[in-house]
Amino acid sequence: MTTSPDGGQGPGQDPGQGPGRRRPDVAALVIAVLLAVLAAVVFLETRAMPVAAAYARVGPANAPYLISAFLAVLAVGHVVAAFLHGLPEREADRPGPMLWIVGGLVLQMLLLRPAGFSIATGLLFAFTAKGFGKGPLWFTVPLGIVVSLVIWLIFAGLLKLSLPAGPLEHLFL
Amino acid sequence: MDTFALLAHGLVGALQPTNLLYALIGVTLGTAVGVLPGIGPALTVALLLPVTYQFDPTASLIMFAGIYYGGMYGGSTTSILLNTPGESASIVTALEGNKMARKGRGGPALATAAIGSFVAGLIATLGLAFISPWMVKFALSLGPADYFALMVLAFVTVSAAFGDSALRGLTALVLGLTLGLVGIDLQTGQARLAFGLPDLLDGIEVTTLAVALFAVGEALKIAASPSEADERIEPVKGSVWMNREDWARSWKPWLRGTLIGFPIGAMPAGGAEIGTFLSYSAEKALTRHPEEFGHGAIEGVAGPEAANNASAAGTLVPLLTLGLPTSATAAIMLAGFQQFGLQPGPLLFATNATLVWSLIASLLVANLMLVVLNLPLVGVWVRLLAIPKPWLYAGILTFATLGTIGANPSPFELGMLLLLGLLGYGLRRYGYPIAPVVVGLILGPLAEQQLRRALAISQGDASVLVHSPVAIVLYLIAAVAVLLPVWLRLRGRGKVLSQMAADED
Repeated sequence: MTTSPDGGQGPGQDPGQGPGRRRPDVAALVIAVLLAVLAAVVFLETRAMPVAAAYARVGPANAPYLISAFLAVLAVGHVVAAFLHGLPEREADRPGPMLWIVGGLVLQMLLLRPAGFSIATGLLFAFTAKGFGKGPLWFTVPLGIVVSLVIWLIFAGLLKLSLPAGPLEHLFL
Repeated sequence: MDTFALLAHGLVGALQPTNLLYALIGVTLGTAVGVLPGIGPALTVALLLPVTYQFDPTASLIMFAGIYYGGMYGGSTTSILLNTPGESASIVTALEGNKMARKGRGGPALATAAIGSFVAGLIATLGLAFISPWMVKFALSLGPADYFALMVLAFVTVSAAFGDSALRGLTALVLGLTLGLVGIDLQTGQARLAFGLPDLLDGIEVTTLAVALFAVGEALKIAASPSEADERIEPVKGSVWMNREDWARSWKPWLRGTLIGFPIGAMPAGGAEIGTFLSYSAEKALTRHPEEFGHGAIEGVAGPEAANNASAAGTLVPLLTLGLPTSATAAIMLAGFQQFGLQPGPLLFATNATLVWSLIASLLVANLMLVVLNLPLVGVWVRLLAIPKPWLYAGILTFATLGTIGANPSPFELGMLLLLGLLGYGLRRYGYPIAPVVVGLILGPLAEQQLRRALAISQGDASVLVHSPVAIVLYLIAAVAVLLPVWLRLRGRGKVLSQMAADED
């Protein structure tokens, strides 16, 4: 994926959800644009591919062109759907809990190499619990790190899965 | 009888201590993830792919199949006691099962579900064993163009035939196909859609996609959802055993459910859910106690649960004989085969006969284990339901990212996980099905291979695709599968279809 995912419109901003709505469904239009952008990206990337001698006229470019065309058709389909009936009714999602979980994933990604598996994943654990309303962090972060360390010892130590080690892991192995 | 000999031979393989151990691990894990909401067999198998990379193929695949079967058993426990189906194939079970539990008849409901699953699993596994050799013979007569048609049919049925919108189903499928393009083209070595990033040359990891869509997307959706579902665990009161009347009312629905579920699973069409809905309608029409339906009729638990397990076994027919996955779990199991350099399909029965028959025979063993795990030990599983959501999802994400990091220990992979996780959230929020994305990612490259093979033989003449009668018939069925639901929706019958939405497994 190169385009930002569908959630890009942001939660809690869904217009036109009232009864008897006549306006087009904005979310469906946004998704249509994203699909069109994706179609264009696939098309342009494929056209930019260095072309080897076209053997028997079938090559690595056929399928991407085909899929790019599908994406374009689906984008048009979404425009039509936006004006006809729109996407199904949805709740106004709360951004707060999502930000905690996304934040946890970002921290884990950034800290995986420098701090090792246990600290990075322990933070994800604590932030996810926080997203679901369980705190406080001074309790859940150490708990998460201990849980992750146990997992690391089992999976990296016993099952030989390659999980990045940091200062904490080096104390054990 | 040749099949009997092969099956007996397979049973010897399945009964080896290592394989027994892996089957036990598989069914235990499967039951646990089936019981737990928010995690299903598809995600679990995906998480185990990197772990089992260095294991014995037979043992690993036996474990995966055990997880698939176990998920079907475990899901019924959640449906009956919590009214929140643990996995999508158990939605129907919740209708009558939860009502029974509220009346204090949770024990017999669990029992009829477990024993029905056992009976169905047993019969369906034998069905699998006996049909497979015929399917293999048929599959060997197919050319690349026929295979491509078969895959198109699978794509269509997985994405467009069920669920409440063909547009959204097909969009999910094409997203999966697009993701499947990323990486090095196997035939020419040409990098596609890699944007100059070396990490993308190997393509999108199956584990990462499954974790992102099933675990991250689901966690985001549940956390963000403002509506707190009223979740009350019904205690299991009294005996888990069924009385004489329960048995008398259960055995026919078990057999009917099996007869409905197995063929539906075995067709190259999607999922275990459809059979459960049909079985429920059948029982409702045939029952002698129509007044009990909607208030806890045991037939409404027995039939769909049997259908559900029979479908699961049926799904293995196209997977093993044609290499065609028709559910998210089957697609990820296919990736499991590929990880060991095995390609399911007719040739697998010739080149790896021992593995295939051990796998099939292990399903018999797994079923037996599952009845024992699920009836006397049901109290243990019920406790899993009491895990508070924050700890449950924190744990799920911890293990989920463990699988991703295990597949590729780099921050890049976690970045992909986050991006695809947001995509998963978006798909859920706007009502797009998840399974077609996974099937598209895994089956897409295989379909492209067949398409190019067919076109290479014909030197680029596309009409080769519709030269064989088999292909034409398959395309016609695919067309019906797209158009019939559209027609039904136009006539106001869409409700039934949206209930059949193949959501997760």
